[in-house]
Amino acid sequence: MAYDKFTILKSSAVPMPIENVDTDQIIPARFLKATERKGFGDNLFRDWRYDSNDQPKQDFVLNNPIYSGKILVGGKNFGSGSSREHAAWAIYDYGFRCVVSSFFADIFKGNAINVGILPVQVSPEFLNQIFEAIEKDPKSELEVNLEDQKITILSTGASESFAINGYKKHNLLNGFDDIDYLQSMKSEIESFAAKK
Amino acid sequence: MSNSPKTLFDKVWDSHVVRNIEDGPDVFFIDRHFIHEVTSPVAFLGLEQRGIGVLFPEKTFATADHNTPTINQHLPVEDPLSANQLAQLEKNSAKYGISHWGLGNPKNGIVHVVGPENGITLPGMTIVCGDSHTSTHGAFGAIAFGIGTSEVEMVLSSQCIMQPKPKKMRINVNGQLGKGVTPKDVALYIISKLTTSGATGYFVEYAGDVFENMTMEGRMTVCNLSIEMGARGGMIAPDQTTFDYINGRELAPKGADWDKQLAYWKTLKTDAGASFDKELTFNAADIEPMITYGTNPGMGIGISKNIPSANEVEGGATTYAKSLDYMGFHENDAMIGKKVDYVFIGSCTNGRIEDFRAFASIIKGHKKADHVTAWVVPGSHIVEAQIKEEGILDILTDAGFELRQPGCSACLAMNDDKIPAGKYAVSTSNRNFEGRQGPGSRTLLASPYVAAAAAITGVVTDPRQFL
Ligand code: SF4
Repeated sequence: MAYDKFTILKSSAVPMPIENVDTDQIIPARFLKATERKGFGDNLFRDWRYDSNDQPKQDFVLNNPIYSGKILVGGKNFGSGSSREHAAWAIYDYGFRCVVSSFFADIFKGNAINVGILPVQVSPEFLNQIFEAIEKDPKSELEVNLEDQKITILSTGASESFAINGYKKHNLLNGFDDIDYLQSMKSEIESFAAKK
Repeated sequence: MSNSPKTLFDKVWDSHVVRNIEDGPDVFFIDRHFIHEVTSPVAFLGLEQRGIGVLFPEKTFATADHNTPTINQHLPVEDPLSANQLAQLEKNSAKYGISHWGLGNPKNGIVHVVGPENGITLPGMTIVCGDSHTSTHGAFGAIAFGIGTSEVEMVLSSQCIMQPKPKKMRINVNGQLGKGVTPKDVALYIISKLTTSGATGYFVEYAGDVFENMTMEGRMTVCNLSIEMGARGGMIAPDQTTFDYINGRELAPKGADWDKQLAYWKTLKTDAGASFDKELTFNAADIEPMITYGTNPGMGIGISKNIPSANEVEGGATTYAKSLDYMGFHENDAMIGKKVDYVFIGSCTNGRIEDFRAFASIIKGHKKADHVTAWVVPGSHIVEAQIKEEGILDILTDAGFELRQPGCSACLAMNDDKIPAGKYAVSTSNRNFEGRQGPGSRTLLASPYVAAAAAITGVVTDPRQFL
């Protein structure tokens, strides 16, 4: 599944200062019944976003019109639990292209990159600075520069660099995916399998 | 290859690297790939869109489990969306020549139960599935972990995924486990010490006499829960217990092939002097029967203990308060005596025959509490048959329990087995996240013993009084 290239993203951000946001919250299991990758954004954070009568919960951040943007900023250990890639699809489909946290669960992090979302891991201190900047001004923008591996809080000028391996970075910058790469080395894989 | 001491994990990992990409992941070869109806359809769709096929269909195994009903499996599945996913799995498997154990097949069951019980899971293998509890198969000395749907598509099309090699952690538990302390309690204890992110970035090897003395089913329960501390997976070196378990299973190697593989399996252990990035040691005697009180599996305590106060736990006070609020619990509450509405025994964590034996050993001679709804769900048809053969079904029936048909059931509540909002369930499954067992459901994770004691008393009860 190809996705848009990721180069520089400048956007306001949606703050979610909750720790251990698990993928069951991002997309509850009962919404995993599709056989196509479509429409998952509608059910992103379903049970935090809507009450049992499908009415929006006013105190949930996605229902608060002052917050918007293509960047989701979450608390520590974002994306824990189930391996469902549907969680990453839902975040992408809703319109986010980048998730910032001080710590990501492994499988979620891999899934995110595979669908074209950049997970940016920052220090706990920098994460707090982001939350503070958004609290001061909900329209406060962040700039995420993948080429330079740098995230900046534009209102304060504070910035931090983040890690990503060279191969994945190249993929995201160019909108390539792993399947293209693996297809190109099929004969090498076949001879490896034959030797096993 | 150098002769420096290697860990079990290194031995298996390194022998599966097809290509090492500089400043990138390894191209990692997969021996066994399990698929199910929920995380595979989009991967098959991807193959079609790209116009590519399945490279080694004989290395992929399909079973239907996640959204299947646990009653009346002989009837058409009522929910049209679930029925469609099941039909897609069947159709895709047939199209690409993949073995498919669908609903009603005598081999059908939860993917992490049927793999081992049919001899598909073997030591030294690399095993993946689009389900995070694939770590279960690590009990055999395999590297096994959960993957996302993009990776399912990678494995189908190239039998490889792109993985950076995780760091290595060894967790030792030594000594003698106390009465009523099961492998589930050992795992919940470790997770409570590490938190749900304590092993993120690591692959765990479990070592020490507690694991050496454990049955294969117990080891599967422990490895199954590795993901709940954030680890990619967990593994245990294969030994005679492992070999005895595998020998004779339907798809296990036979004859000369067995001898050859056995010789290899015997080399699969961590060499003396091999190093780990992190090593932790716990004492078996410190572990009680465990129960969780919050909304992640790290929020567990010994059953006789009180819920900790916010300043005793790691992490933010707001998150902690939100969690207790969801559960309707308070700091310093005792767990013993809390009312229980539902009991669920089953799942890939505790849905094997030993789990039902343990459950029945407490139930025997008692009656289910009237206000408790109990779901007793075997992990597979093979387990279901054993329950009947061993007379466990009679014990359950006499006590007022009903046996359901195999599947994931209330572990993730994709089918009709949902705990209603606000109700409390003692569950032998693996996750107590908000809404995991149905919107608004409140889950207390525990062992089959604790589940049994709750089912007959209707409240959280220390099972040791029944043993
Ligand atoms: S029982 Fe639960 S954890 Fe296990 S495979 Fe099924 S849904 Fe996943």
